[in-house]
Amino acid sequence: MDILIQQVVSGLATGGIYASLALALVMIYQATDVVNFAQGELAMFATYICWSLINAGLPYWVAFLSTLAIAFVGGVVIERVVIRPVENAPILSIVMVTLGLLVICNSVAGWIWTYLQKPFPSPFSANPIKVGNVVFGAHDLGEIEVTMLVLLCIYLFFRFTPLGLAMRAAAHNPVSSRLVGIRVGWMLALGWGLAAVFGAVAGMMVAPVLTLEPNLMGGVQIYAFAAATLGGFTSPGGAVLGGFIVGVVENLVGTYVSFIGTELKFTVALAMIIVVLLVRPTGLFGTTVVKRV
Amino acid sequence: MRRSLQLLALALALGMAAVATVPAGAQTVVGVTPTEIKIGNTNPYSGPASAYGTIGKTIAAYFKKVNDEGGINGRKITFITYDDAYTPPKTVEMVRKLVEQDQVAALFQTLGTPTNTAIHKYVNQQKVPHLFVATGATKWDDPKNFPWTMGFQPNYQTEGRVYAAYILKNIPDAKIGILYQNDDYGKDYVKGMEDGLGAAASKLIVLKQSHEVTDPTIDSQIINLKNSGANVFFNVTIPKFAVQAIRKAHDIGWKPTHFLNNVSSSYASVLKPAGVEASRGLITALYTKVVTDPQWKNDKGFQDWVAFMKKYYPEGSLEDDSNFFGYSAAILMAHVIKQCGSDLSRENIMRQAENLKGVELPFLLPGIKVDTSPTDHAPIQQERLAKFNGEYWELFGELFDAFRKN
Amino acid sequence: MSIARLPRVAGLLALLLAACALPLMLSNFRLFQFSQVYIYAIAILGLNMLTGYNGQFSLGHGAFYAIGAYVSAIMMDRWNISYGWTIPVAGVLCLIVGFLFGLPALRLEGLYLALATFSLALAVPQILKYFEHWTGGSQGIVLSKPNAPFGLPLNPDQWLYFVTLSVLVLLFWLGANLLRGRVGRAIVAIRDNHIAAEAMGVNTALYKSLVFGVSAAYTGVAGALSACVIAYVAPDSFNVFLSVTLLIGSVIGGLASISGAVFGALFIQFVPNWAQDISKAAPWAIFGVFLIGFMYLMPFGIAGAIRLLWIRATRSRVQQKERSVVPSQAHTTT
Repeated sequence: MDILIQQVVSGLATGGIYASLALALVMIYQATDVVNFAQGELAMFATYICWSLINAGLPYWVAFLSTLAIAFVGGVVIERVVIRPVENAPILSIVMVTLGLLVICNSVAGWIWTYLQKPFPSPFSANPIKVGNVVFGAHDLGEIEVTMLVLLCIYLFFRFTPLGLAMRAAAHNPVSSRLVGIRVGWMLALGWGLAAVFGAVAGMMVAPVLTLEPNLMGGVQIYAFAAATLGGFTSPGGAVLGGFIVGVVENLVGTYVSFIGTELKFTVALAMIIVVLLVRPTGLFGTTVVKRV
Repeated sequence: MRRSLQLLALALALGMAAVATVPAGAQTVVGVTPTEIKIGNTNPYSGPASAYGTIGKTIAAYFKKVNDEGGINGRKITFITYDDAYTPPKTVEMVRKLVEQDQVAALFQTLGTPTNTAIHKYVNQQKVPHLFVATGATKWDDPKNFPWTMGFQPNYQTEGRVYAAYILKNIPDAKIGILYQNDDYGKDYVKGMEDGLGAAASKLIVLKQSHEVTDPTIDSQIINLKNSGANVFFNVTIPKFAVQAIRKAHDIGWKPTHFLNNVSSSYASVLKPAGVEASRGLITALYTKVVTDPQWKNDKGFQDWVAFMKKYYPEGSLEDDSNFFGYSAAILMAHVIKQCGSDLSRENIMRQAENLKGVELPFLLPGIKVDTSPTDHAPIQQERLAKFNGEYWELFGELFDAFRKN
Repeated sequence: MSIARLPRVAGLLALLLAACALPLMLSNFRLFQFSQVYIYAIAILGLNMLTGYNGQFSLGHGAFYAIGAYVSAIMMDRWNISYGWTIPVAGVLCLIVGFLFGLPALRLEGLYLALATFSLALAVPQILKYFEHWTGGSQGIVLSKPNAPFGLPLNPDQWLYFVTLSVLVLLFWLGANLLRGRVGRAIVAIRDNHIAAEAMGVNTALYKSLVFGVSAAYTGVAGALSACVIAYVAPDSFNVFLSVTLLIGSVIGGLASISGAVFGALFIQFVPNWAQDISKAAPWAIFGVFLIGFMYLMPFGIAGAIRLLWIRATRSRVQQKERSVVPSQAHTTT
């Protein structure tokens, strides 16, 4: 029984990692209607910036907040400068540009900071918390809390602020939005900026566990995609839940289904997502977009 | 009359010899001119394995140093290195470019097991020296079938056997749990361990857990290993996962005798991030000096390397063992070229590479030397066990020599 | 044949002649590179059918490429079957696998389909390693390059060049006939408006799964050819970047374009090499700049740009027939 609980706890911790980046992916999809393949790499880059600031002597939280500010500006600038020229191109051309960003970020990070992995500090206690025989990592708990906090912010932002509504409208129907006076271009830039901020949070939460290196987010992003797909790309809450489900299911499959074992556990997790998609083609909590013919 | 006949015969013989040797010689000496020798290499400079690319960059920097100092026997080394992104098809393309288009004299330190496997047959058909490949697989030491290929570092299977021998001797009630990366590298280590344990293997190994290189975490596997009741942990992971494994085992209160594979013996990228407390007591097998280890601070070879790095590769990290590795490999290659003298034909390069006796390299632990012969294509075969004492790897026990089969 | 098509046919014949003449001029290494270009072109044409013409996104075509390569490799290695037979077998097998995968994929659209196929690309290397007995595990399978038959005076590289070229010509001819005929119009109609297409009597479900199957078959044949040309298969050869690379080739070359497949193949074969010639320190960064630059200059791909230029050049002459300046492109439902 202990092992089951421990595996679930560990799955939730890992799922929290997936969820944090999945939130950024969902954010940018909501705000711009684009899947950003560079999201993970931008998060990695932001984490390196935070690392450099801490190394330059700044206290953790100062560096953390400065990084968020830098990430926001960076996101906005990238949208205005890099994405803008292909704004009206087919969606796959925009995806190509994000792929270009992915490889550039990865390569440039390795070039600036080398590929040697670096320890990254955690703002939470290093001592694990024991309840009976089950161990909770203090950082894992803290990370899940932060992810929940980000989720709450996104929810409140899109639901209740005029800006959030304007952003959704701009992404969903740019032409009509323009007619009602929404500055669509800036809404998209804002979406990139906010997604970059959430990505940076994810990076700084993930790096203490995985240690910082240019490929920090490569694997995480794959799982984050799976999480967002499972939960639904239009639902931030769904994406977070998707992250937790993927984390837990993968652990349990690896542990208890002996003929699969650890060698195929990821494959099984993927197969399960596809099965879920067959029942609910837009993810567990996604909404189907109704199109007029 | 007889004298003149003799002279004539001598002149004829000389002439024939000249005719016979000149074109033949000109034909076989590929990639060599009186002023240069071309050496080819592939490394991952892009893609997920680009962390290894620093080895290629160090080698290029070292050959620049050699050239700055006048080259070898009057020849400059032209080092041509291409990016293969660690994908076999690209390696095939790049190596063909090196051999057929650039016409290199030899290939050196091509990196990776699947990538080298892809070109193994080709380079042997083409009879191109394929020297000191940067991978720990066992198959490179097979001079009968692949006479043109030669390994470099001790292979993973040997290292697995080193740990097995230690366990059999010192841990009588061993219950072994293994975590390994699900590829040739991980499986080679596991095979070495199983072979070393012999008939007892199936009884002693209580659980094997694998992980993919793309997995973000390995927490789940560590929990299962702890739960299996294992008191010995054989950790076959690359640095990224080694850090997590050490830390997670510590966090959940699992305290096995922890054998960490040599691949992750770096202080800067593994032990320090994992935490010195959690790392205390780890056992590994070393053949090299770990660069951040204080016991080598005044070592001549280490200091030379630091001076070299500062001058020729300042952007490279002084904490990265790969840079010491590449530097030492390049020194060995330069040694082979020097030993070739004026005959830089591919045959002679191979002959000299097969004739290395007791060569010392700066990164090798004291007592470990490079030895090769026509039947032995594994240059470095000795290792020593070491335990992390909270500050550095403390060597213990005697030199383990794979060639002597203990 | 109508008179209007004559210059086009003549141009294609000239290109084909030039391609046949290449072995006389180029080294074996260059021929090997061009064989790879042809192989990529076949795979990209397969992806183009699905993504460009039919509007189904796939991020998982590397999986079909891998299946094709392994089918060919296992048949050659295990049963000593001649490579010539393994190529159609790989194609048929991928046709079946693709068709079967296409059935459930019917329910998925846009992004969700892309990610479902992406899982396929992620799972295949793991599955290949799992069935070690057949696939050689992570060590892969080492093969021998086939020699030219009938005592033809060609070395293996020249021979394989002609083999890949012939398969390319055959598959492009078949593909062009398929896409330009009635079936092709149905396929495109489904992309542009599947409900309207259905109302017009097109069996969308059947067509969509069929396109998936044919697309997978093309990519599988390309994979089988690559096993012959590289003479080695291993899970590391078919990682997720292969799927992404094929998609890059498809978009850069020009979606919904047959000639685009060749341009895309040239891009993914040669641009990474140029990138590393420019910088060893960060070759990927250079590649990324190339990629973004191409998209800025040619948002509809190379074939799209050429079409646009052609339309502009001929517009003055055929003013009365002026059509839309923007070439037809894949819509998106995401």
